[in-house]
Amino acid sequence: MAAPGTAGGGRSGGGPAAEWGGFEDNMQGGGSAVIDMENMDDTSGSSFEDMGEMHQRMKEEEEEEAEGEAGAGEEEDGEFLGMKGLRGQLGRQVADQMWQVGKRQASKAFSLYANIDILRPYFDVEPVQVRARLLESMVPVKMINFPQKIAGELYGPLMLVFTLVAILLHGMKTSDTIIREGTLMGTAIGTCFGYWLGVSSFMYFLAYLCNAQITMVQMLSLLGYGLFGHCITLFVTYNIHFHSLFYIFWLVVGGLSTLRMVAVLVSRTVGHTQRLILCGTLAALHMLFLLYLHFAYHKVVEGILDTLEGPNMPPFQRVARDVPIVSSAVLNTTAKAIALTL
Amino acid sequence: FPGLADVSISQDIPVEGEITVPVGSHSPDEDYSTLDEPVRDTILRDLKAVGKKFIHVMYPRKSSALLRDWDLWGPLVLCVSLALMLQGGSADSKDDGGPQFAEVFVIIWFGAVVITLNSKLLGGTISFFQSLCVLGYCVLPLTVAMLVCRLVLLAGAGTISFIIRLIVVVAMFGWSTLASTAFLADSQPPNRKALVVYPIFLFYFVISWMILTFTPQ
Repeated sequence: MAAPGTAGGGRSGGGPAAEWGGFEDNMQGGGSAVIDMENMDDTSGSSFEDMGEMHQRMKEEEEEEAEGEAGAGEEEDGEFLGMKGLRGQLGRQVADQMWQVGKRQASKAFSLYANIDILRPYFDVEPVQVRARLLESMVPVKMINFPQKIAGELYGPLMLVFTLVAILLHGMKTSDTIIREGTLMGTAIGTCFGYWLGVSSFMYFLAYLCNAQITMVQMLSLLGYGLFGHCITLFVTYNIHFHSLFYIFWLVVGGLSTLRMVAVLVSRTVGHTQRLILCGTLAALHMLFLLYLHFAYHKVVEGILDTLEGPNMPPFQRVARDVPIVSSAVLNTTAKAIALTL
Repeated sequence: FPGLADVSISQDIPVEGEITVPVGSHSPDEDYSTLDEPVRDTILRDLKAVGKKFIHVMYPRKSSALLRDWDLWGPLVLCVSLALMLQGGSADSKDDGGPQFAEVFVIIWFGAVVITLNSKLLGGTISFFQSLCVLGYCVLPLTVAMLVCRLVLLAGAGTISFIIRLIVVVAMFGWSTLASTAFLADSQPPNRKALVVYPIFLFYFVISWMILTFTPQ
């Protein structure tokens, strides 16, 4: 704080007009908050030194100009130097500081609003459209010679990811094993969002390598809607516990949504090898994720149950269950009865 | 600028006026008066505002009192009390109640933020903090449900207690969702209400699930 002060004070001999001129040039040189955002270095401790530096540079330029006139006006300036010099320098520093703070606040507010507005067009949907897209995500397209249209929308996928998180919680929550409830919640959110964002990015990268015509938002949207099959499967199989039922759902429901995503990707790719790479990877990741969701979380909780109670419980009840033991018993017996009659 | 060469200000038009802006009749004394009042008055005024909003939530009518003067005292109190009540379950196990408190807190506040952002992106006219205020206050029925569940569990855990708790939690969950929908859905374009209601439904569903599956040890 002292160093720029004395430097500014020393340079105030340039005359009052030059001082005010320097201040204005600084404002115009800084530009608007929008343009300056890229150059703004928020990590610097205080931009006071930057202000001081800029002032020094400008003062040096002006001094060279003013030296020609300084000879004539020096006597007058000599009287003014004491009062006007100090007041001008202090006022300039205060004004600079306020301008810095204001600029920082304005750019922060601007970036916050800009971020929301960037996403706005992707949320421009109607409920009818969302429902139609949900149902379409289970229907494989037949025409793969013509690039299929993908809606670049983020509302449906985001809601599906949150629904998947809720379903995972519903499946994992248990009252007997109260340990690690916090980490189970964190894992659920991390898994679902990680899958959606991570696999989308990976597939986008592969699509870039294989020259497929698809954008990042479309990839996010496609994969997100593919999670609809996962949601249905997990919702059913977390309540009715038959491994064979799960495998049937895995093949049928998971397979349908995979076929749809694969068909859409194939329609947008040229070349057999590229099509094979893209579709093989997507199908493998999609189906394996469903397997993982069903079995891995059971294993986690089964491991905990084992350490707590030992292998005393019969196999079908060794699942993350909760107080709805009543409801699961009812559902299990109903499903068994239906299976027997079929 | 050749075209402007013959522009001149005629001597008849006065270039003068008042440069001082008259000070508004709303004098600063009115603002300072709330600083001079006793602390009891301030606290009581805030408590009355919070209490009025609680009543608005329990009997949701289409009034805009919740929206106009938003405050986050009520949501904070409800969130903390709900998190404290949900914590007692693991007091005896090796794990301390830490993660559960933080988990409830984080779920409620981040869930509310996500729903608010979603409704703003869908074209809602409500402001950020107004929406947070409404969502926080509508957790009140679920807090009441938690209280009832704890009382029921004091009598013992069994099938009957589970059924009672299920009914109470489902009823309160419906009440919460309806109450928040009554306030928030009005600020949306009419054909998109379902898109805004669904995340609210999910949010209260997760909280209700945490309440229903709570058992003390």
